[in-house]
Amino acid sequence: MKKRRITSLAAVGAAAALVLAGCAGGEDDAPVDVADDVQLEGSSTFDAIQERGSIVIGVKEDQPGLGYLDAATGERSGFDVDIARWMAAELGFEEDQIEYSAIPSANREQELVNGNIDMYVGTYSITDDRKEQIDFAGPYAITGQGLLVGADNDSIQSDSDLSADVTVCSATGSTPIQNIRENYDAEPVEYDTYSQCIAQLEDGSVDAVTTDELILLGYAAQSPDTLQIVGEPFSEELYGIGIPQGDDAFRDFLNDALENGGDTWTEIWDNNLGATGIEGEQPAVDRY
Amino acid sequence: MGVITDNLDIWIPALLGTLRIFFFGLIIALVLGFIVGAMRVSPVPIARVMGSAYVNFVRNTPLTLMFFIFAFAVPPLIGYNNREVLGILAIGLYTATYVAETVRSGINTVPVGQAEAARAVGMSFGQVMTHIVLPQAGRSVIPPMMSVIIAFLKNTTVAAGFSIINLGMMRSYMSERGENMMVVLLWVAAIFVVLVFILGAIQNFLEKKLKVAR
Repeated sequence: MKKRRITSLAAVGAAAALVLAGCAGGEDDAPVDVADDVQLEGSSTFDAIQERGSIVIGVKEDQPGLGYLDAATGERSGFDVDIARWMAAELGFEEDQIEYSAIPSANREQELVNGNIDMYVGTYSITDDRKEQIDFAGPYAITGQGLLVGADNDSIQSDSDLSADVTVCSATGSTPIQNIRENYDAEPVEYDTYSQCIAQLEDGSVDAVTTDELILLGYAAQSPDTLQIVGEPFSEELYGIGIPQGDDAFRDFLNDALENGGDTWTEIWDNNLGATGIEGEQPAVDRY
Repeated sequence: MGVITDNLDIWIPALLGTLRIFFFGLIIALVLGFIVGAMRVSPVPIARVMGSAYVNFVRNTPLTLMFFIFAFAVPPLIGYNNREVLGILAIGLYTATYVAETVRSGINTVPVGQAEAARAVGMSFGQVMTHIVLPQAGRSVIPPMMSVIIAFLKNTTVAAGFSIINLGMMRSYMSERGENMMVVLLWVAAIFVVLVFILGAIQNFLEKKLKVAR
Protein backbone atom coordinates (compact mmCIF):
# COMPACT_ATOMS: atom_id res chain seq x y z
CA MET A 1 0.00 0.00 0.00
CA LYS A 2 2.75 2.40 0.98
CA LYS A 3 4.64 1.66 -2.18
CA ARG A 4 1.61 2.48 -4.24
CA ARG A 5 1.21 5.81 -2.52
CA ILE A 6 4.76 6.70 -3.42
CA THR A 7 4.34 5.70 -7.05
CA SER A 8 1.11 7.61 -7.34
CA LEU A 9 2.79 10.66 -5.80
CA ALA A 10 5.52 10.35 -8.36
CA ALA A 11 2.90 10.06 -11.04
CA VAL A 12 1.13 13.21 -9.81
CA GLY A 13 4.45 14.99 -10.07
CA ALA A 14 4.88 13.58 -13.55
CA ALA A 15 1.48 14.82 -14.59
CA ALA A 16 2.29 18.27 -13.25
CA ALA A 17 5.60 18.23 -15.08
CA LEU A 18 3.85 17.21 -18.28
CA VAL A 19 1.42 20.07 -17.95
CA LEU A 20 4.23 22.51 -17.22
CA ALA A 21 6.27 21.23 -20.12
CA GLY A 22 3.24 21.63 -22.32
CA CYS A 23 2.79 25.22 -21.20
CA ALA A 24 6.39 26.16 -21.75
CA GLY A 25 6.22 24.61 -25.21
CA GLY A 26 7.48 26.14 -28.42
CA GLU A 27 10.99 26.80 -29.56
CA ASP A 28 12.06 28.39 -26.30
CA ASP A 29 12.83 25.06 -24.69
CA ALA A 30 14.62 23.62 -27.70
CA PRO A 31 17.36 21.65 -25.99
CA VAL A 32 20.07 22.38 -28.54
CA ASP A 33 21.15 25.25 -30.73
CA VAL A 34 20.36 25.01 -34.38
CA ALA A 35 23.50 24.23 -36.35
CA ASP A 36 24.63 26.49 -39.18
CA ASP A 37 26.10 25.49 -42.51
CA VAL A 38 25.58 21.79 -42.21
CA GLN A 39 27.48 19.92 -44.90
CA LEU A 40 26.52 16.35 -45.65
CA GLU A 41 28.05 14.77 -48.73
CA GLY A 42 26.46 11.83 -50.49
CA SER A 43 23.12 11.83 -48.69
CA SER A 44 20.15 11.83 -51.06
CA THR A 45 17.79 12.41 -48.15
CA PHE A 46 19.66 15.49 -47.00
CA ASP A 47 19.83 16.84 -50.56
CA ALA A 48 16.06 16.49 -50.85
CA ILE A 49 15.54 18.22 -47.49
CA GLN A 50 17.76 21.14 -48.48
CA GLU A 51 16.05 21.57 -51.80
CA ARG A 52 12.69 21.66 -50.06
CA GLY A 53 13.89 23.99 -47.33
CA SER A 54 12.06 22.02 -44.69
CA ILE A 55 12.36 18.63 -43.06
CA VAL A 56 9.39 16.26 -42.91
CA ILE A 57 9.36 14.13 -39.77
CA GLY A 58 6.89 11.36 -39.12
CA VAL A 59 5.64 11.29 -35.52
CA LYS A 60 2.88 9.93 -33.32
CA GLU A 61 0.41 12.39 -31.90
CA ASP A 62 -1.73 10.32 -29.56
CA GLN A 63 0.85 9.24 -26.99
CA PRO A 64 1.16 11.59 -24.04
CA GLY A 65 4.73 12.02 -22.85
CA LEU A 66 6.18 10.58 -26.07
CA GLY A 67 4.54 12.02 -29.14
CA TYR A 68 1.48 14.13 -28.42
CA LEU A 69 -0.44 16.84 -30.21
CA ASP A 70 -2.45 19.13 -27.97
CA ALA A 71 -5.55 19.66 -30.09
CA ALA A 72 -6.39 22.91 -28.30
CA THR A 73 -3.06 24.68 -28.71
CA GLY A 74 -1.63 22.79 -31.69
CA GLU A 75 1.49 22.24 -29.61
CA ARG A 76 3.46 19.03 -30.05
CA SER A 77 5.24 17.61 -27.04
CA GLY A 78 6.90 14.48 -25.81
CA PHE A 79 10.16 12.61 -25.65
CA ASP A 80 10.10 11.42 -29.27
CA VAL A 81 9.10 14.81 -30.58
CA ASP A 82 11.97 16.46 -28.68
CA ILE A 83 14.39 13.88 -30.08
CA ALA A 84 13.06 14.78 -33.53
CA ARG A 85 13.55 18.50 -32.79
CA TRP A 86 17.10 17.77 -31.61
CA MET A 87 17.96 15.87 -34.80
CA ALA A 88 16.41 18.59 -36.94
CA ALA A 89 18.46 21.20 -35.09
CA GLU A 90 21.63 19.20 -35.71
CA LEU A 91 20.74 19.17 -39.39
CA GLY A 92 20.31 22.95 -39.30
CA PHE A 93 16.53 23.28 -39.20
CA GLU A 94 14.54 25.40 -36.82
CA GLU A 95 11.20 24.46 -35.31
CA ASP A 96 9.30 26.38 -37.98
CA GLN A 97 11.13 24.51 -40.72
CA ILE A 98 9.92 21.16 -39.44
CA GLU A 99 6.82 19.66 -41.00
CA TYR A 100 5.32 17.04 -38.73
CA SER A 101 3.36 14.24 -40.26
CA ALA A 102 1.30 11.97 -38.01
CA ILE A 103 1.64 8.44 -39.37
CA PRO A 104 0.06 5.33 -37.87
CA SER A 105 2.35 2.43 -37.04
CA ALA A 106 1.27 0.19 -39.91
CA ASN A 107 2.19 2.78 -42.58
CA ARG A 108 5.64 3.74 -41.34
CA GLU A 109 7.83 1.64 -43.63
CA GLN A 110 5.75 2.47 -46.70
CA GLU A 111 5.91 6.21 -46.05
CA LEU A 112 9.70 6.03 -45.72
CA VAL A 113 10.04 3.82 -48.80
CA ASN A 114 7.84 6.18 -50.81
CA GLY A 115 9.93 9.15 -49.64
CA ASN A 116 6.96 11.00 -48.14
CA ILE A 117 8.87 11.59 -44.92
CA ASP A 118 12.59 12.15 -44.31
CA MET A 119 12.68 10.38 -40.98
CA TYR A 120 10.37 8.85 -38.45
CA VAL A 121 10.70 9.33 -34.71
CA GLY A 122 7.88 7.67 -32.83
CA THR A 123 8.23 4.54 -30.68
CA TYR A 124 9.74 2.79 -33.69
CA SER A 125 11.26 -0.53 -32.59
CA ILE A 126 14.36 -1.69 -34.42
CA THR A 127 13.73 -5.13 -35.92
CA ASP A 128 15.54 -7.18 -38.55
CA ASP A 129 12.34 -7.49 -40.59
CA ARG A 130 12.01 -3.74 -40.83
CA LYS A 131 15.67 -3.34 -41.73
CA GLU A 132 14.87 -5.12 -44.99
CA GLN A 133 12.84 -2.10 -46.07
CA ILE A 134 14.34 0.84 -44.18
CA ASP A 135 17.32 1.74 -41.99
CA PHE A 136 17.52 2.82 -38.36
CA ALA A 137 19.72 5.39 -36.68
CA GLY A 138 20.11 4.94 -32.95
CA PRO A 139 18.75 3.33 -30.81
CA TYR A 140 17.87 6.34 -28.71
CA ALA A 141 15.76 4.56 -26.09
CA ILE A 142 15.30 1.12 -24.53
CA THR A 143 12.01 -0.16 -23.23
CA GLY A 144 10.02 -3.37 -23.06
CA GLN A 145 6.49 -4.69 -23.01
CA GLY A 146 4.75 -3.65 -19.80
CA LEU A 147 1.31 -3.87 -18.23
CA LEU A 148 -1.04 -1.08 -17.24
CA VAL A 149 -3.97 -1.97 -14.99
CA GLY A 150 -6.54 -0.17 -12.89
CA ALA A 151 -5.22 1.33 -9.67
CA ASP A 152 -7.53 -0.94 -7.64
CA ASN A 153 -6.49 -4.12 -9.46
CA ASP A 154 -4.60 -6.45 -7.12
CA SER A 155 -4.92 -9.67 -9.10
CA ILE A 156 -2.57 -8.75 -11.94
CA GLN A 157 0.97 -8.20 -10.70
CA SER A 158 3.06 -9.38 -13.65
CA ASP A 159 2.78 -11.07 -17.02
CA SER A 160 2.47 -14.47 -15.29
CA ASP A 161 -0.99 -13.40 -14.08
CA LEU A 162 -2.36 -13.16 -17.61
CA SER A 163 -4.65 -16.18 -17.35
CA ALA A 164 -7.50 -17.14 -19.66
CA ASP A 165 -10.10 -15.02 -17.86
CA VAL A 166 -8.09 -11.82 -18.32
CA THR A 167 -8.64 -9.47 -21.26
CA VAL A 168 -5.63 -7.52 -22.48
CA CYS A 169 -5.90 -4.58 -24.88
CA SER A 170 -3.38 -3.09 -27.27
CA ALA A 171 -3.14 -1.53 -30.73
CA THR A 172 -4.42 -3.69 -33.58
CA GLY A 173 -1.76 -6.09 -34.85
CA SER A 174 1.01 -4.53 -32.77
CA THR A 175 3.94 -6.68 -31.63
CA PRO A 176 2.77 -6.71 -27.97
CA ILE A 177 -0.72 -7.98 -28.89
CA GLN A 178 0.78 -10.59 -31.23
CA ASN A 179 2.92 -11.69 -28.29
CA ILE A 180 -0.19 -12.00 -26.10
CA ARG A 181 -2.02 -13.92 -28.83
CA GLU A 182 0.81 -16.40 -29.29
CA ASN A 183 2.35 -16.87 -25.87
CA TYR A 184 -0.35 -16.13 -23.28
CA ASP A 185 -3.78 -17.52 -22.44
CA ALA A 186 -5.29 -14.09 -21.93
CA GLU A 187 -7.92 -12.90 -24.40
CA PRO A 188 -6.52 -10.24 -26.76
CA VAL A 189 -8.56 -7.10 -27.49
CA GLU A 190 -7.42 -4.80 -30.27
CA TYR A 191 -8.29 -1.21 -31.12
CA ASP A 192 -6.76 1.26 -33.54
CA THR A 193 -5.42 3.58 -30.87
CA TYR A 194 -4.14 3.20 -27.33
CA SER A 195 -6.57 5.84 -26.13
CA GLN A 196 -9.46 3.50 -27.02
CA CYS A 197 -7.80 0.78 -24.94
CA ILE A 198 -7.35 3.21 -22.06
CA ALA A 199 -11.03 4.15 -22.25
CA GLN A 200 -11.97 0.45 -22.09
CA LEU A 201 -9.61 -0.07 -19.16
CA GLU A 202 -11.11 2.84 -17.29
CA ASP A 203 -14.68 1.61 -17.71
CA GLY A 204 -13.68 -1.95 -16.82
CA SER A 205 -14.29 -3.57 -20.21
CA VAL A 206 -10.70 -4.84 -20.29
CA ASP A 207 -8.44 -5.83 -17.41
CA ALA A 208 -5.11 -4.59 -18.69
CA VAL A 209 -3.47 -2.58 -21.44
CA THR A 210 -0.15 -3.77 -22.76
CA THR A 211 2.48 -2.15 -24.94
CA ASP A 212 5.95 -0.69 -24.51
CA GLU A 213 6.34 0.54 -20.96
CA LEU A 214 7.48 3.98 -22.10
CA ILE A 215 4.11 4.51 -23.78
CA LEU A 216 2.25 3.26 -20.72
CA LEU A 217 4.24 5.62 -18.48
CA GLY A 218 2.74 8.58 -20.29
CA TYR A 219 -0.81 7.35 -19.63
CA ALA A 220 -0.09 6.41 -16.02
CA ALA A 221 1.26 9.92 -15.49
CA GLN A 222 -1.92 11.37 -16.97
CA SER A 223 -4.33 9.45 -14.70
CA PRO A 224 -2.35 8.53 -11.59
CA ASP A 225 -5.51 7.96 -9.52
CA THR A 226 -7.00 5.33 -11.79
CA LEU A 227 -4.07 3.64 -13.55
CA GLN A 228 -0.90 1.90 -12.43
CA ILE A 229 1.97 0.04 -14.09
CA VAL A 230 2.69 -3.42 -12.68
CA GLY A 231 5.56 -5.86 -13.03
CA GLU A 232 8.79 -5.69 -14.94
CA PRO A 233 9.04 -5.32 -18.73
CA PHE A 234 8.88 -8.78 -20.31
CA SER A 235 10.53 -8.05 -23.64
CA GLU A 236 13.18 -5.66 -24.95
CA GLU A 237 12.48 -3.01 -27.53
CA LEU A 238 15.02 -0.58 -28.92
CA TYR A 239 13.60 2.61 -30.38
CA GLY A 240 15.39 3.90 -33.46
CA ILE A 241 15.00 6.75 -35.90
CA GLY A 242 13.56 5.36 -39.11
CA ILE A 243 15.25 6.66 -42.28
CA PRO A 244 15.17 5.66 -45.95
CA GLN A 245 17.18 2.54 -46.68
CA GLY A 246 20.74 2.78 -48.00
CA ASP A 247 21.42 6.40 -47.04
CA ASP A 248 24.47 5.59 -44.90
CA ALA A 249 25.76 9.18 -44.82
CA PHE A 250 22.48 10.36 -43.31
CA ARG A 251 22.44 7.49 -40.83
CA ASP A 252 26.04 8.15 -39.74
CA PHE A 253 25.22 11.82 -39.29
CA LEU A 254 22.29 11.07 -37.00
CA ASN A 255 24.28 8.45 -35.08
CA ASP A 256 27.11 10.95 -34.58
CA ALA A 257 24.63 13.53 -33.35
CA LEU A 258 23.16 11.08 -30.86
CA GLU A 259 26.62 10.04 -29.66
CA ASN A 260 28.05 13.54 -29.32
CA GLY A 261 25.01 15.10 -27.71
CA GLY A 262 26.49 15.16 -24.22
CA ASP A 263 23.71 15.91 -21.73
CA THR A 264 21.12 16.68 -24.36
CA TRP A 265 19.52 13.25 -24.17
CA THR A 266 19.28 13.29 -20.39
CA GLU A 267 17.78 16.77 -20.54
CA ILE A 268 15.10 15.62 -23.00
CA TRP A 269 14.35 12.58 -20.86
CA ASP A 270 14.05 14.63 -17.69
CA ASN A 271 11.83 17.19 -19.38
CA ASN A 272 9.37 14.60 -20.60
CA LEU A 273 9.58 11.44 -18.53
CA GLY A 274 12.00 12.14 -15.71
CA ALA A 275 9.22 12.96 -13.26
CA THR A 276 7.81 9.43 -13.55
CA GLY A 277 10.68 8.50 -11.24
CA ILE A 278 12.31 6.20 -13.73
CA GLU A 279 15.96 6.89 -14.36
CA GLY A 280 16.63 7.16 -18.07
CA GLU A 281 19.92 6.17 -19.61
CA GLN A 282 20.90 6.78 -23.19
CA PRO A 283 21.62 3.49 -24.97
CA ALA A 284 24.75 3.05 -27.05
CA VAL A 285 24.32 3.67 -30.75
CA ASP A 286 24.35 0.54 -32.87
CA ARG A 287 26.16 1.09 -36.18
CA TYR A 288 25.14 -2.10 -37.89
CA MET B 1 3.10 -16.51 -51.57
CA GLY B 2 5.57 -16.44 -48.67
CA VAL B 3 3.55 -13.64 -47.13
CA ILE B 4 0.75 -16.16 -46.63
CA THR B 5 2.59 -19.42 -46.00
CA ASP B 6 4.94 -17.88 -43.43
CA ASN B 7 2.06 -16.33 -41.51
CA LEU B 8 -0.67 -18.95 -41.71
CA ASP B 9 -1.15 -18.65 -37.95
CA ILE B 10 -2.83 -15.31 -38.53
CA TRP B 11 -4.21 -15.57 -42.10
CA ILE B 12 -6.39 -18.57 -41.24
CA PRO B 13 -8.06 -17.06 -38.13
CA ALA B 14 -8.50 -13.82 -40.08
CA LEU B 15 -10.18 -15.54 -43.03
CA LEU B 16 -12.38 -17.57 -40.70
CA GLY B 17 -13.24 -14.38 -38.83
CA THR B 18 -14.35 -12.68 -42.04
CA LEU B 19 -16.46 -15.70 -42.99
CA ARG B 20 -18.01 -15.86 -39.50
CA ILE B 21 -18.99 -12.19 -39.53
CA PHE B 22 -20.34 -12.62 -43.06
CA PHE B 23 -22.33 -15.78 -42.34
CA PHE B 24 -23.96 -14.81 -39.06
CA GLY B 25 -24.34 -11.16 -40.06
CA LEU B 26 -26.07 -12.29 -43.25
CA ILE B 27 -28.57 -14.39 -41.31
CA ILE B 28 -29.49 -11.40 -39.12
CA ALA B 29 -29.60 -9.06 -42.12
CA LEU B 30 -31.80 -11.32 -44.27
CA VAL B 31 -34.27 -12.35 -41.57
CA LEU B 32 -34.65 -8.87 -40.12
CA GLY B 33 -34.53 -7.27 -43.57
CA PHE B 34 -37.41 -9.38 -44.87
CA ILE B 35 -39.48 -8.64 -41.78
CA VAL B 36 -38.84 -4.90 -41.96
CA GLY B 37 -39.38 -4.86 -45.73
CA ALA B 38 -42.71 -6.59 -45.26
CA MET B 39 -43.62 -4.15 -42.47
CA ARG B 40 -43.02 -1.23 -44.80
CA VAL B 41 -45.62 -2.46 -47.30
CA SER B 42 -48.05 -3.94 -44.81
CA PRO B 43 -51.58 -2.58 -44.43
CA VAL B 44 -50.98 -1.87 -40.71
CA PRO B 45 -50.04 1.81 -40.25
CA ILE B 46 -48.05 1.31 -37.05
CA ALA B 47 -45.93 -1.36 -38.71
CA ARG B 48 -45.25 0.93 -41.65
CA VAL B 49 -44.17 3.76 -39.34
CA MET B 50 -41.90 1.52 -37.28
CA GLY B 51 -40.37 0.00 -40.39
CA SER B 52 -39.58 3.31 -42.01
CA ALA B 53 -38.29 4.80 -38.74
CA TYR B 54 -35.84 1.91 -38.34
CA VAL B 55 -34.69 2.04 -41.96
CA ASN B 56 -34.25 5.80 -42.00
CA PHE B 57 -32.51 5.96 -38.65
CA VAL B 58 -30.06 3.09 -39.05
CA ARG B 59 -29.39 3.49 -42.75
CA ASN B 60 -28.44 7.13 -42.20
CA THR B 61 -25.90 6.15 -39.54
CA PRO B 62 -22.33 5.48 -40.72
CA LEU B 63 -21.33 1.86 -40.25
CA THR B 64 -18.30 2.87 -38.17
CA LEU B 65 -20.61 4.68 -35.80
CA MET B 66 -22.76 1.54 -35.46
CA PHE B 67 -19.62 -0.35 -34.49
CA PHE B 68 -18.64 2.37 -32.05
CA ILE B 69 -22.04 2.20 -30.39
CA PHE B 70 -21.92 -1.57 -30.09
CA ALA B 71 -18.27 -1.66 -29.00
CA PHE B 72 -18.23 1.21 -26.49
CA ALA B 73 -21.77 2.20 -25.53
CA VAL B 74 -23.73 -1.07 -25.46
CA PRO B 75 -21.44 -3.20 -23.20
CA PRO B 76 -21.67 -0.90 -20.15
CA LEU B 77 -25.44 -0.59 -20.68
CA ILE B 78 -26.28 -4.28 -20.89
CA GLY B 79 -23.23 -5.76 -19.18
CA TYR B 80 -22.55 -8.08 -22.11
CA ASN B 81 -19.11 -7.95 -23.61
CA ASN B 82 -18.49 -10.50 -26.37
CA ARG B 83 -17.00 -8.20 -29.00
CA GLU B 84 -17.51 -10.52 -31.92
CA VAL B 85 -21.19 -11.12 -31.18
CA LEU B 86 -21.78 -7.39 -30.68
CA GLY B 87 -19.92 -6.59 -33.89
CA ILE B 88 -21.96 -9.12 -35.88
CA LEU B 89 -25.09 -7.57 -34.40
CA ALA B 90 -23.93 -4.09 -35.42
CA ILE B 91 -23.24 -4.97 -39.03
CA GLY B 92 -26.29 -7.26 -39.23
CA LEU B 93 -28.68 -4.54 -38.03
CA TYR B 94 -27.03 -2.08 -40.41
CA THR B 95 -27.24 -4.33 -43.47
CA ALA B 96 -30.84 -5.29 -42.65
CA THR B 97 -31.95 -1.79 -43.64
CA TYR B 98 -30.51 -2.23 -47.13
CA VAL B 99 -32.05 -5.68 -47.41
CA ALA B 100 -35.41 -4.23 -46.33
CA GLU B 101 -35.32 -1.53 -48.99
CA THR B 102 -34.31 -4.05 -51.65
CA VAL B 103 -37.17 -6.32 -50.65
CA ARG B 104 -39.58 -3.39 -50.72
CA SER B 105 -38.47 -2.32 -54.19
CA GLY B 106 -38.96 -5.91 -55.35
CA ILE B 107 -42.47 -6.01 -53.94
CA ASN B 108 -43.24 -2.73 -55.66
CA THR B 109 -42.38 -4.24 -59.05
CA VAL B 110 -45.46 -6.46 -58.78
CA PRO B 111 -48.41 -4.50 -60.16
CA VAL B 112 -50.92 -3.52 -57.48
CA GLY B 113 -53.69 -4.97 -59.64
CA GLN B 114 -52.42 -8.47 -58.99
CA ALA B 115 -52.60 -8.04 -55.25
CA GLU B 116 -56.04 -6.49 -55.55
CA ALA B 117 -57.22 -9.34 -57.74
CA ALA B 118 -55.92 -11.83 -55.19
CA ARG B 119 -57.76 -9.99 -52.43
CA ALA B 120 -60.88 -10.01 -54.57
CA VAL B 121 -60.83 -13.80 -54.75
CA GLY B 122 -60.64 -13.92 -50.96
CA MET B 123 -56.93 -14.35 -50.12
CA SER B 124 -55.60 -12.95 -46.84
CA PHE B 125 -52.63 -10.52 -46.72
CA GLY B 126 -50.34 -13.44 -45.84
CA GLN B 127 -51.62 -15.51 -48.73
CA VAL B 128 -51.33 -12.61 -51.16
CA MET B 129 -47.71 -12.18 -50.08
CA THR B 130 -46.62 -15.82 -50.14
CA HIS B 131 -48.55 -16.97 -53.22
CA ILE B 132 -48.71 -13.94 -55.49
CA VAL B 133 -46.28 -11.16 -54.62
CA LEU B 134 -43.14 -12.71 -53.09
CA PRO B 135 -42.55 -15.37 -55.80
CA GLN B 136 -42.45 -12.62 -58.40
CA ALA B 137 -40.70 -10.08 -56.22
CA GLY B 138 -38.03 -12.60 -55.18
CA ARG B 139 -37.07 -13.15 -58.78
CA SER B 140 -36.64 -9.49 -59.66
CA VAL B 141 -34.81 -8.79 -56.42
CA ILE B 142 -31.90 -11.20 -56.93
CA PRO B 143 -29.44 -8.87 -58.73
CA PRO B 144 -29.83 -5.86 -56.38
CA MET B 145 -29.91 -8.16 -53.35
CA MET B 146 -26.63 -9.73 -54.39
CA SER B 147 -25.12 -6.26 -54.72
CA VAL B 148 -26.19 -5.54 -51.15
CA ILE B 149 -24.65 -8.81 -50.00
CA ILE B 150 -21.39 -8.15 -51.84
CA ALA B 151 -21.18 -4.66 -50.31
CA PHE B 152 -21.87 -6.26 -46.93
CA LEU B 153 -19.04 -8.77 -47.43
CA LYS B 154 -16.61 -5.93 -48.04
CA ASN B 155 -18.02 -3.92 -45.15
CA THR B 156 -16.95 -6.68 -42.75
CA THR B 157 -13.42 -5.24 -42.82
CA VAL B 158 -14.66 -2.26 -40.80
CA ALA B 159 -14.84 -4.65 -37.86
CA ALA B 160 -11.03 -4.75 -37.86
CA GLY B 161 -10.96 -1.51 -35.89
CA PHE B 162 -13.12 -3.00 -33.17
CA SER B 163 -11.19 -5.99 -31.96
CA ILE B 164 -12.87 -8.57 -34.20
CA ILE B 165 -10.24 -10.51 -36.07
CA ASN B 166 -10.77 -10.54 -39.84
CA LEU B 167 -8.94 -9.88 -43.10
CA GLY B 168 -9.12 -6.13 -42.52
CA MET B 169 -6.57 -6.57 -39.73
CA MET B 170 -3.94 -8.18 -41.94
CA ARG B 171 -2.30 -4.89 -42.83
CA SER B 172 -1.46 -4.07 -39.21
CA TYR B 173 -0.39 -7.60 -38.38
CA MET B 174 1.80 -8.09 -41.44
CA SER B 175 3.45 -4.68 -41.33
CA GLU B 176 4.44 -5.41 -37.74
CA ARG B 177 6.05 -8.62 -38.98
CA GLY B 178 7.99 -6.69 -41.59
CA GLU B 179 6.09 -7.85 -44.67
CA ASN B 180 5.64 -5.57 -47.65
CA MET B 181 2.29 -3.89 -47.22
CA MET B 182 1.42 -3.57 -50.88
CA VAL B 183 1.83 -7.32 -51.30
CA VAL B 184 -0.33 -7.96 -48.23
CA LEU B 185 -3.08 -5.66 -49.45
CA LEU B 186 -3.02 -7.24 -52.91
CA TRP B 187 -3.47 -10.66 -51.34
CA VAL B 188 -6.35 -9.43 -49.23
CA ALA B 189 -7.91 -7.93 -52.36
CA ALA B 190 -7.40 -11.23 -54.21
CA ILE B 191 -9.17 -13.17 -51.46
CA PHE B 192 -12.11 -10.78 -51.63
CA VAL B 193 -12.24 -11.11 -55.42
CA VAL B 194 -12.51 -14.88 -55.03
CA LEU B 195 -15.25 -14.58 -52.40
CA VAL B 196 -17.20 -12.12 -54.57
CA PHE B 197 -16.81 -14.46 -57.57
CA ILE B 198 -18.46 -17.18 -55.53
CA LEU B 199 -21.34 -14.85 -54.66
CA GLY B 200 -21.63 -13.88 -58.33
CA ALA B 201 -21.84 -17.53 -59.30
CA ILE B 202 -24.61 -18.08 -56.76
CA GLN B 203 -26.46 -15.12 -58.25
CA ASN B 204 -26.20 -16.59 -61.78
CA PHE B 205 -27.38 -19.95 -60.54
CA LEU B 206 -30.40 -18.48 -58.76
CA GLU B 207 -31.32 -16.28 -61.71
CA LYS B 208 -31.26 -19.24 -64.09
CA LYS B 209 -33.14 -21.49 -61.71
CA LEU B 210 -35.92 -19.00 -61.05
CA LYS B 211 -36.20 -17.77 -64.62
CA VAL B 212 -39.65 -18.01 -66.16
CA ALA B 213 -40.94 -17.22 -69.63
CA ARG B 214 -42.85 -13.97 -69.62
